[in-house]
Amino acid sequence: MIEPQTRRRARSRRIPLLVLGAVVVVLGGFAMAAFGSVLAPHDPYADSLQNTLLSPSSTYWLGTDDAGRDVLSRVLVGARLAVLGPVVVVIVSALIGTLFGLLAGYHGGVVDSVVMRVTDLLSSLPALLVAVVLTGALGGGYAVAVAVTCLLTIAVDMRVVRGAALEVRQKAYVAAAMTLGLGKWRVMFVHILPNVVGLVVANVFLNLAHVLVVLAALSFLGLGIPPGAADWGRMLSENIALLQSQPLAAIAPGAALVLFAVSMNLVGDWVFDTISNRERS
Amino acid sequence: MVKAVVGYAVSRLALMAGLLLVVSFVVFSLTYLAPGDPLDAIAGNFPRTPEVTAALTAQYGLDRPFHEQYLSWLGRAVQLDLGESIMTRQSVLVEITERMGVTLFLSAYAFVLAVALGVPLAVLAATRPRTIWDRLAVTVSVVGVSAPAFVTGLVLLYLFGVRWPVFPIYAAGDGFADRVAHLTLPAVALAFMALGLIVKFTRSSLLTVLDQDYITFARARGVPPRRVLLRYGLRNALVPVITALGLVLIGMLSGSVLIEQTFSLPGVGGRMVEAVTSTDIPMIQGMALLIAATVVLISLLVDLAYFAVSPDLRRRFRS
Repeated sequence: MIEPQTRRRARSRRIPLLVLGAVVVVLGGFAMAAFGSVLAPHDPYADSLQNTLLSPSSTYWLGTDDAGRDVLSRVLVGARLAVLGPVVVVIVSALIGTLFGLLAGYHGGVVDSVVMRVTDLLSSLPALLVAVVLTGALGGGYAVAVAVTCLLTIAVDMRVVRGAALEVRQKAYVAAAMTLGLGKWRVMFVHILPNVVGLVVANVFLNLAHVLVVLAALSFLGLGIPPGAADWGRMLSENIALLQSQPLAAIAPGAALVLFAVSMNLVGDWVFDTISNRERS
Repeated sequence: MVKAVVGYAVSRLALMAGLLLVVSFVVFSLTYLAPGDPLDAIAGNFPRTPEVTAALTAQYGLDRPFHEQYLSWLGRAVQLDLGESIMTRQSVLVEITERMGVTLFLSAYAFVLAVALGVPLAVLAATRPRTIWDRLAVTVSVVGVSAPAFVTGLVLLYLFGVRWPVFPIYAAGDGFADRVAHLTLPAVALAFMALGLIVKFTRSSLLTVLDQDYITFARARGVPPRRVLLRYGLRNALVPVITALGLVLIGMLSGSVLIEQTFSLPGVGGRMVEAVTSTDIPMIQGMALLIAATVVLISLLVDLAYFAVSPDLRRRFRS
């Protein structure tokens, strides 16, 4: 039980320190994705037989892997592959999911129940395994992995937007707008959308964390991303054998992945809580 | 009462059967969606003389229309005849059942660990807000939900398999005790993800329930605190907990694939990755059907559990 007093205090403090830290990590991750290849001290693909399995030193901060490639550079450059796919998936699915979610929530009735059956079905399936099966069977490139993940994320977004739109639709101002004879699209986009957009934003962050992990898991399993690529999932699976001699080669990309995913979830949860608090008061 | 449960179960079963039918259609279509022609999908790189081609075409009815092929495939699948793996030329069903033991053991072990640790932790956190337990619970739920199982597994593998070799790594062990020893690290890694979900759902559900008037009233009446917590609190907080357990079980399907890969365990998941990376279509189809059937079974169990814990749901269904 939280006493009313603490509740007030929690709300008055603007942004919790932890969330602020998470925002910094997320921004740092995006910066790495954008400038990783500039920041990297070495060529992430340059192998050298003299420099295999070096321990961390002032030249190689995180040491080198079994092909003599600099681990730090590979982690930095790997951010781009790790972030780009999820960003594309999340934006595309937010757009499509919002559109169809609004339509379903606005219309209700048969359209709504058909749409909800489909999204129920899609979201009851384990996303990673569906992606594994389809990427494998379709002779999976990275594009297939991204497309499949996108489809499953659309289902999630649609459910969220539809639920919120259904609630907003009951409000008096929506009824007023419809009584005024405003068009369906206008009511949907001008009167309903602004009231659900916060949820969409929160969901974008939560999805980003989820898709990041799913795509990394796919490449960890050897799907989508070609062998040897500077990618976090690939590095993890290829360097497990090095745990004995150079543990950082596998642990560094893993740590980057977890740190990024946890931060993204923290930001998403915070946005979500802030919105639901504001709505309640 | 019994009648209500049976009716409920039958209506859910019908829905699930429909769902399986849809999935089976998609799974069958994989033969056609896969790169190359269906014959490649079925026979792989097997050397093909015109006689072999003719025999396979006849055997799988590739000269017949699509819907007839689907129906005959479905007929065989229902009888658990899933064809044979391109890679090993062994029956898909036999290969899957051979490897099922490790996967089931791993998942059950992880599930027990997660429930045994997660529920008490959530109860401690909900009854003692702003203490170390509360913080621990929140941390575990955020990190557990976000950290992919293969990273957790990797860290455990490094710490307790390589750095301080407490547990055996590689292989799954023979006999119960040996198997427990071999599967402890993988199970802990898998349980961590589950723990996050269980703690998150149980804690927030219990917090909501403990805020209700009937709890205050029970306390005011002098009902012993333990009874208030278990009988009035936890009992009424169970529905979201069951939701979490369902999510956990479904999450373990993907989690076990990742964990088996991380620890090189000879389970179903590892075989699935092999099948997928070598485009072994019959094997992939078998795996996909297995996954779908498991998901359906889990959702059925979850629905029945809702029914068991919620008198409200029972009442609604009866009328």
